[in-house]
Amino acid sequence: MELIFNQGAAGRRGVRLPKCDVRPFGANELPASLRRATAAALPEVSELEAVRHFTLLSRRNMGVDTQFYPLGSCTMKYNPKINERLAALPGFTDQHPLLPQLRHGEALCQGSLAVLYETERMLSELMGFAATTLQPMAGANGELTSVMMFAAYHKARGDQRRTVMLIPDAAHGTNPASAAMAGFDCREIASNADGDVDLDALQAALGDDVAGIMLTCPNTLGFFDKNVKKVIELVHQAGGLAYCDGANFNAIVGRVRPGDLGFDAMHVNVHKTFSTPHGGGGPGAGPVGVAERLLPFLPKARVVKRADGSYGLDYDYPQSIGYIAPFYGNFGVLLRTYCYLVMCGREGFKRISENAVLNANYVRSRLAPYFEQKFARYCTHECVLSARPQTRFGVHALDIAKALLDAGFHAPTIYFPLIVPEALMIEPTETESKEMLDRFCDTMIEIAKKAESDPEAIKRCPLNMPIGRLDEVAAARQPVLIAPNPAADN
Amino acid sequence: MPFIANTDADRQEMLAAIGCANVEQLWEKAAVPAPTSDFSMLPPGRSEYEVAKHVTHLAGKNASELVCFLGMGYYDHFVPAAVSEILGRPGFYTAYTPYQAEASQGTLQAIFEWQTAICRLTGMDVANASLYDGGTALFEAMMMAMRSTRRRHVVIAGAVSPIFREIVACYSANLDCRITTVPSVDEGSKQDALLAAVNDDTACVIVQYPNVFGTIEDWTACVAAIKARGALAVCAAYPTALAVIKTPGECGFDIVVGEGQPLGMPLSFGGPYLGYMCTTSKLMRRMPGRIVGQAKDASGRTGYVLTLQAREQHIRRAQAMSNICSNENLCALCALAYMTLLGKQGLVEVAELCMSKARYALEQLSAIRGVRRVGTQPFFNEFVLELPQDAAAVSGRLVEKGIAAGFPLGRYYPQRQNQLLVSVTEKRTREEINDFAKSLEAVLWN
Repeated sequence: MELIFNQGAAGRRGVRLPKCDVRPFGANELPASLRRATAAALPEVSELEAVRHFTLLSRRNMGVDTQFYPLGSCTMKYNPKINERLAALPGFTDQHPLLPQLRHGEALCQGSLAVLYETERMLSELMGFAATTLQPMAGANGELTSVMMFAAYHKARGDQRRTVMLIPDAAHGTNPASAAMAGFDCREIASNADGDVDLDALQAALGDDVAGIMLTCPNTLGFFDKNVKKVIELVHQAGGLAYCDGANFNAIVGRVRPGDLGFDAMHVNVHKTFSTPHGGGGPGAGPVGVAERLLPFLPKARVVKRADGSYGLDYDYPQSIGYIAPFYGNFGVLLRTYCYLVMCGREGFKRISENAVLNANYVRSRLAPYFEQKFARYCTHECVLSARPQTRFGVHALDIAKALLDAGFHAPTIYFPLIVPEALMIEPTETESKEMLDRFCDTMIEIAKKAESDPEAIKRCPLNMPIGRLDEVAAARQPVLIAPNPAADN
Repeated sequence: MPFIANTDADRQEMLAAIGCANVEQLWEKAAVPAPTSDFSMLPPGRSEYEVAKHVTHLAGKNASELVCFLGMGYYDHFVPAAVSEILGRPGFYTAYTPYQAEASQGTLQAIFEWQTAICRLTGMDVANASLYDGGTALFEAMMMAMRSTRRRHVVIAGAVSPIFREIVACYSANLDCRITTVPSVDEGSKQDALLAAVNDDTACVIVQYPNVFGTIEDWTACVAAIKARGALAVCAAYPTALAVIKTPGECGFDIVVGEGQPLGMPLSFGGPYLGYMCTTSKLMRRMPGRIVGQAKDASGRTGYVLTLQAREQHIRRAQAMSNICSNENLCALCALAYMTLLGKQGLVEVAELCMSKARYALEQLSAIRGVRRVGTQPFFNEFVLELPQDAAAVSGRLVEKGIAAGFPLGRYYPQRQNQLLVSVTEKRTREEINDFAKSLEAVLWN
């Protein structure tokens, strides 16, 4: 599609602004040394041209509202529409974040503060922790917040030797990257033949230099580690702390509380488990729950309920790690989370995890005969299959993904986790119906059969999409990251 | 109301297909432990109608009709209705990170256009797909400078937003780096002191443009001097101002970041916001975050892909440029839609309206007995007033009159107890400004 910069005409306008009701001050009245030489070459289009351009662009995407989107580890569940509408209420969107920092300012924000306070309480209850911070602005940001609190905890105890973070080999790449940003060295722990953490490898890795472990629970293979309590116990015995990567919380929400298992901290992706939209890659939010001993280190500010029933902000935490977000987290996203929490309520979450696990196992059982299961066991919310059988015919996970796109399905996550070759990581979520799962499975089976009978046809996919496979190697070698500037501005 | 499609009959059929008699057996086979809580602290679920009523009631507990002169990096700008309609397209907001390029050309092209637009606004060569917010973007810029120069010392101006500086301090607490903060004086950043703080281990000097007090300073010579010492020049810039002031590119900055909220995002009590990051072609491969590039398919058609991924956590893990995974995609799209609708001329007009009204406000406010502006340098749409009394107390009394008069700087700058940072956007009318001046005079002298 034509870039927006190549549409419209010089002088065309999209929006009219109010007349200037004071003495006008033009840019040319700024001192010459501070003035911009030429106006930025932004688009010059009518409102209709802009709306049509972006509407057409939006139709070149697959989304949950139009397609089954079984992207493993991402929990692409339905985004309830009422949440969008409520998050757009001017009473919330117009609030300046500095308002509560003014004298008497908290009284102006009681609605917003109530949302934050109650969201925090409900998340703490679901995760099984003493408190939750809503500040982290994404899942990876929540990981970082957690391990930064670990660092602060050890430091406060005068325990400076603990410089190592243990990370299982099945972990998301964000885990080691977050640990590194918090100043830790990473030590990888192997998985055993069942896909769980290898206890011998763990024992061997433990020592008085270990600050903690980052454990995804359920793990990235979609399994609930049978030894999870033992793993936590061993790490604790060695003086370390245990963090739960809650990327897969949708599998157990309303049933198991990671806090009860002994974890010291956990982040949850509200854009996964709590239905806030993924937005094509953000914004999300990654609240972090903590056990008692980490309370003093939570980020500032904390939302509190005062004796008179009003809500306020408390900054008086001398051991706090500080400001993870500029204010109180991604409020607009957390507001959608609140709506979802209130709608689902006490009994809702149990049904969510049950159906998520049922749907994933149904897909697993239907597809297992056609693809390889490296670890043959019941999964939780997602199943990881392998396209290894198809490689005999020259067909790889990537080809299967592209064939699915042609058939009108978004592809699963592919080539992750790294410990499963040719991985196809399928997460149906609880919001999909059995008929949809059957259509998907039928298509996957057809693709598996075609991979054998006509592999070239699969490798040519996609043919029905707006574009064919793109040459990513050439794109990275000589990157073109922006459109050329019009000659006039050179 | 958990939005589940399966009926009891579906569930029975599926359980049978996977070899389980009931759900409890499935949990057992999946090795998931039994519940340890009855979740009694959670309220029972509610219908959509009840939730809508309840949440609308909460929205009503927030103050409305408050006239806003608060800014400090986060501004009350007008947003055209078409922006939210565009963001509400399901193809945009119900999609995820564009891993499958063929199924994500809408998002990918939009990011490419966003990268182009923000580069044109800042006068820089390349941009990434976005970061969380201005403060974390500033921290990432600092890390990028340390990676690029292999130096560990950072100089930051005290006239950089204290909100940003708190974030930088938090994120760098466990890293091998030393930060020198150079105190601000009056409305200025103290360029000579910044340069004096540079040593042979300095990775970068970080400034804000216009600075946190609204002052537009000419950085050109200072930037050249910073670079002559082998350090990088980094600035956090207010994107709306860039429509009319000399671009960071023209000033010679190496890395430009900032808070993108003014480009069409609601204030929304602190987020979601948008961190933007631009740099030079030379430093392109040191940038963190997602980046979209142009590519061709086999039939020569142009499309867009995530590119330069070897920098990122899913490939480099502990050695990645950053732990960031996704970007703030919908917010970047918001900024792009806003810049498209306002357009080349419209954004200049917004900036000019801001400057005009801010100057009118300064005239009216500084005419009040005992009130004067701190400093005399050119400003964009924000300025600091010295009041004859404690600014926090004064602004507290103005809140009671329905005016968010500005931010009392004493909270972050102890020596500025009587100073109030006032911001004026295109939304403020002559009448609102007059009313503000009248109310301030009444609070001070009645």
